[in-house]
Amino acid sequence: MAANTEVVEHGPELRHHFEQPDQQYQAATLGMWTFLLTEIMFFGGLFAAYAIYRAAYPDAFASTSQYMDVIVGGVNTAVLICSSLTMALAVRSGQLGQRNAVILFTIATMILGAVFLGVKAYEYHHKWVEHLVPGFNWHYEDSRYAHHAQILFFLYFVMTGMHAIHMIVGEGLLLSLVIMAWRKKFTSLWSTPIEIVGLYWHFVDIVWIFLFPLLYLIGKHKL
Amino acid sequence: MSTLVETPRTGAEINYLNADYGWKSWLFTTDHKRIAMLYLISITGFFFVGGFFAFLMRMELLTPRGDLVQADTYNKFFTMHGIMMIFFFLIPSIPATLGNFLVPIMIGARDLAFPKINLLSWYIYITGGLFALGAVVAGGVDTGWTFYTPFSTTYSNTYVMAAALGVFISGFSSILTGLNFVVTIHKMRAPGMTWHRMPLFIWSHYATSIIQILGTPVVAITILLVAAERIFHVGVFDPAVGGDPILFQHLFWFYSHPAVYIMILPGMGVISELVTCFSRKRIFGYTVVAYSSIAIAVIGFLVWGHHMFTTGQSMYAGLVFSALSFLVAVPSAIKVFNWTATMYRGSVSFDAPMLYVFGFIGLFTIGGLTGLFLAASAVDVHLQDTYFVVAHFHYVMVGGMVMAYLGGIHFWWPKMTGRMYPEAWAKFAALVVFVGFNLTFFPQFMAGYLGMPRRYHAYAEEFQVYNVLSSAGASILGAGYLIPMVYLVWSLWFGKRAPANPWGAVGLEWMIPSPPPTLNFDKTPVVTWEAYQYHEPDRPEVEVGR
Amino acid sequence: MKFQIIPDTASTFAEKVDPLWWFLVILTVVMTGFIAVLVFTFAMKYRRRGPNEKTLYIHGSTKLELFWSITPLIIFLGIFFWNASLYYDYFTPPPDCLDVYITGKQWMWKVQYPEGQREINELHVPVGRPVKLTMASEDVIHSFFVPAFRLKRDVVPGHHNTTWFQATKTGRFHWFCAEYCGTQHSGMIGWVTVMEPTDYENWLAGGGVTGSMASQGEKLFQQLGCSTCHLLDEQGRCPILRHVYSNPVKLDDGRTVTADDGYIRESILNPNAKIVAGFKRDIMPTFQGQVSEEGLMQLLAYIKSLSKGQQPATGNQTIGAQQTGQGTGTARMGGSVPRSATGGPPTGAIPVSERTQNPTERKK
Repeated sequence: MAANTEVVEHGPELRHHFEQPDQQYQAATLGMWTFLLTEIMFFGGLFAAYAIYRAAYPDAFASTSQYMDVIVGGVNTAVLICSSLTMALAVRSGQLGQRNAVILFTIATMILGAVFLGVKAYEYHHKWVEHLVPGFNWHYEDSRYAHHAQILFFLYFVMTGMHAIHMIVGEGLLLSLVIMAWRKKFTSLWSTPIEIVGLYWHFVDIVWIFLFPLLYLIGKHKL
Repeated sequence: MSTLVETPRTGAEINYLNADYGWKSWLFTTDHKRIAMLYLISITGFFFVGGFFAFLMRMELLTPRGDLVQADTYNKFFTMHGIMMIFFFLIPSIPATLGNFLVPIMIGARDLAFPKINLLSWYIYITGGLFALGAVVAGGVDTGWTFYTPFSTTYSNTYVMAAALGVFISGFSSILTGLNFVVTIHKMRAPGMTWHRMPLFIWSHYATSIIQILGTPVVAITILLVAAERIFHVGVFDPAVGGDPILFQHLFWFYSHPAVYIMILPGMGVISELVTCFSRKRIFGYTVVAYSSIAIAVIGFLVWGHHMFTTGQSMYAGLVFSALSFLVAVPSAIKVFNWTATMYRGSVSFDAPMLYVFGFIGLFTIGGLTGLFLAASAVDVHLQDTYFVVAHFHYVMVGGMVMAYLGGIHFWWPKMTGRMYPEAWAKFAALVVFVGFNLTFFPQFMAGYLGMPRRYHAYAEEFQVYNVLSSAGASILGAGYLIPMVYLVWSLWFGKRAPANPWGAVGLEWMIPSPPPTLNFDKTPVVTWEAYQYHEPDRPEVEVGR
Repeated sequence: MKFQIIPDTASTFAEKVDPLWWFLVILTVVMTGFIAVLVFTFAMKYRRRGPNEKTLYIHGSTKLELFWSITPLIIFLGIFFWNASLYYDYFTPPPDCLDVYITGKQWMWKVQYPEGQREINELHVPVGRPVKLTMASEDVIHSFFVPAFRLKRDVVPGHHNTTWFQATKTGRFHWFCAEYCGTQHSGMIGWVTVMEPTDYENWLAGGGVTGSMASQGEKLFQQLGCSTCHLLDEQGRCPILRHVYSNPVKLDDGRTVTADDGYIRESILNPNAKIVAGFKRDIMPTFQGQVSEEGLMQLLAYIKSLSKGQQPATGNQTIGAQQTGQGTGTARMGGSVPRSATGGPPTGAIPVSERTQNPTERKK
């Protein structure tokens, strides 16, 4: 009970409606976790659609595997996992108040994210060349599966596209972290933005961890 | 109550309304109370737009032949009525206005956890609303508020995209409001404000927020898929390519059934506040009422299939959904019994908000019990998509939710504006609303059982009696809604100045001045008492039911 | 202005479901009345008598809470089991149903009888015989709704939804589309005419038809090239379709399914979904988008006829012989009954309003 009367020393980052920095920190973290819950449900709708159509058309879905480059997808997965590592290091550096390390690791995360997006763009381009973009440029070699494979490729573009949009948003957030760190906003006592952006970045990675096997490895068990 | 933090003051001092002036001070405010006012003004606007479409529909339905407007015009009327009322009035109504205003105050906080996000949610809501209004102005939408595929994706040639985009965008406003409430209720409670000391209004908003957070994203992605399907025709809901239109219904109702609990739960919270204040008595069975809100939120996620008893889902799925739908009715029944029991040995007064409570309890009971007809899958086979469903839904939403909303607005009007409303007019309006409502919607139960399908522009002659009655009732109901609109606005300038606590109510919001100062509390209160301490503190506890 | 409170009761479902309906009505009235009386009594008895009245501290009562949680739960469970037995009926047509095929499209109902008759927005059925409806949609979702039968079933594109009913009363009854389907949704209505069995046979016999559904299906079967494999093939590339319908089929993944309407439909449109044990996948091409809904129903009727142990009929006359086996065929020979006795509305029927008058009523 005494806590509210105690005058806590705090920096300018404590907003007027919070009592103490710890309360603000907990609110921010819980807010991000709650937001991630909504994100899970958002992607959950897509995963449900995927599950239902894959159960309905297993062969058509398996037939698309030949157009998915596992090597490229695998490399991209590795890139993303590395970016999670650098992100975690950035968060730790933030907690320790190491400004230069924060900037370094955040930029490294941004670069890895950019590599991922670049590879994704290359893959999209490849799909376009191969006439595998439903609604725009669609021609499927195997006429038996032309219709049903179209659904898979549609889901592929929606799911990876949504993921990519989240990545782009993440890049923007990382950029703002770099700027804030550059302006010496963070201290060892207060690095909440780094942590919540970190949560977001890890979530986006985890989504990809699910997308990769679902989209790239469907037909591989038959090889 | 002896631990009052401040002495009540009259409205002459600086408060959130007169702290700052000019349009910028409103449009860029982060004060939850001002944002609540922004919401109040905007949802009232959408309510009257939606009500106008309802009026046009009822005029058309006076005669069976469909002679007032063309069929496609009528189809646009009911679609726009549904979209406006559901997505832009009912879903934000209580949480975004009363909730925004009261949640921080009731738990002793100075603001919501994320004030900027709160403002953002209002802008998102307005943006979504403008898209929906744009769809109206451009020529309307005719899919029904449910956007059923493949009609919405392939066959409708109206402005589906604009309306769907409006709904999609406004969904994020709802998510952000829910997120803000969850974090606020978890992290911003004043010292001593434990979970079991919170007012039930807070509990119901917490339950509502859970649904907003978990349900709304699903409808967002669903609408996105509808939009993609409509533009690119890739076949995700198109049976011609192997897509399944029923999948849309599953995804849609996974949100839209819990969404009806988004609409009613806050209303239940308001009723818990009102019934205690005007019975001047502690709520009967506090814990049960609190947890029944959570139970409704959780079970509510498991009953969506009862919208699909006739679509061809398997019999076993139908039976499971039927059983769960009966189950979700139990917590609602518990609440009704507890509200009634609260009045037992109370000190009941008949102020206008309490009249709305009486209306709510009666109409919600009918609405809830007619829900059993629809949960019984075999009876639902007959009633599905008839006016019986329309009547049931309106008994819960208009008879329940709107009654609670009006009751709440009257109850907290002195707190929000610092002015009293004219009591005699308010009582009269409550009576008019009650009579008009029943005359409008009760005949629809009869028409539905007789077999009148919903969304019919022209109908068979034997349904006309009920439709004429309904249209007559609708004009009374419309007047009943306009009267409060007029006298509430009037009271802003000419109403009596409100004291800090005109009702003798307990709760933190009544311990600060009316209207409250910008930061609500000069000093954070320390809560040492339970909610609803209307009894004398030294009186011993009385057991009943022995 | 006509006035009616209770809809006609004209099917076995109506007779069984209405008691549950009335039970629920009584429950609603009693409970609402009970709550209203309580609220009114408490409000009056405990009305505020002075501005500073204080009340007792009543915390609640666990016993009461349990009582009013468990009692509704038990009542609800009772309703659920009562309801479940009725709902089960909707899904279990008796084995000796008459078949009728219905296709919904914006904004009309097309009806085909196995004998080859076709109608629009009119459905003729005999009284006292179970009738099974196989329904498909050419465009959006519609819903078959006959209030007098307490029967509703959505007609979903991409699915064959089936339902059944047994009429118990002759007369003409409203037939509505209950799922919103676009501009003329409220005009997508028709009439169900329930006739005495003899009248029905006369009606069936009247009017020239081009050929039974099965024979039309047979033509389609040959046009699409199905017959080369599924009837005549000796190389074992695909299953022979004689005696397949409504029999169990063993699949290559070990499951056994019944070859019902849905299975036949799926096998035509998505052949790889279920492969019969002993056959290879990817042999048969998909026919999605190549056969109309009515065509699919004709194919279905043909495949059904293949498993009745008879050669598909080629005209109306031979169908008569087939129908004998179903118990009503003999009466059909009385073809001399005047059309007016059967085609028009029977006595006591609801007059056809101008709006519902069907310009495309079946031509003779």
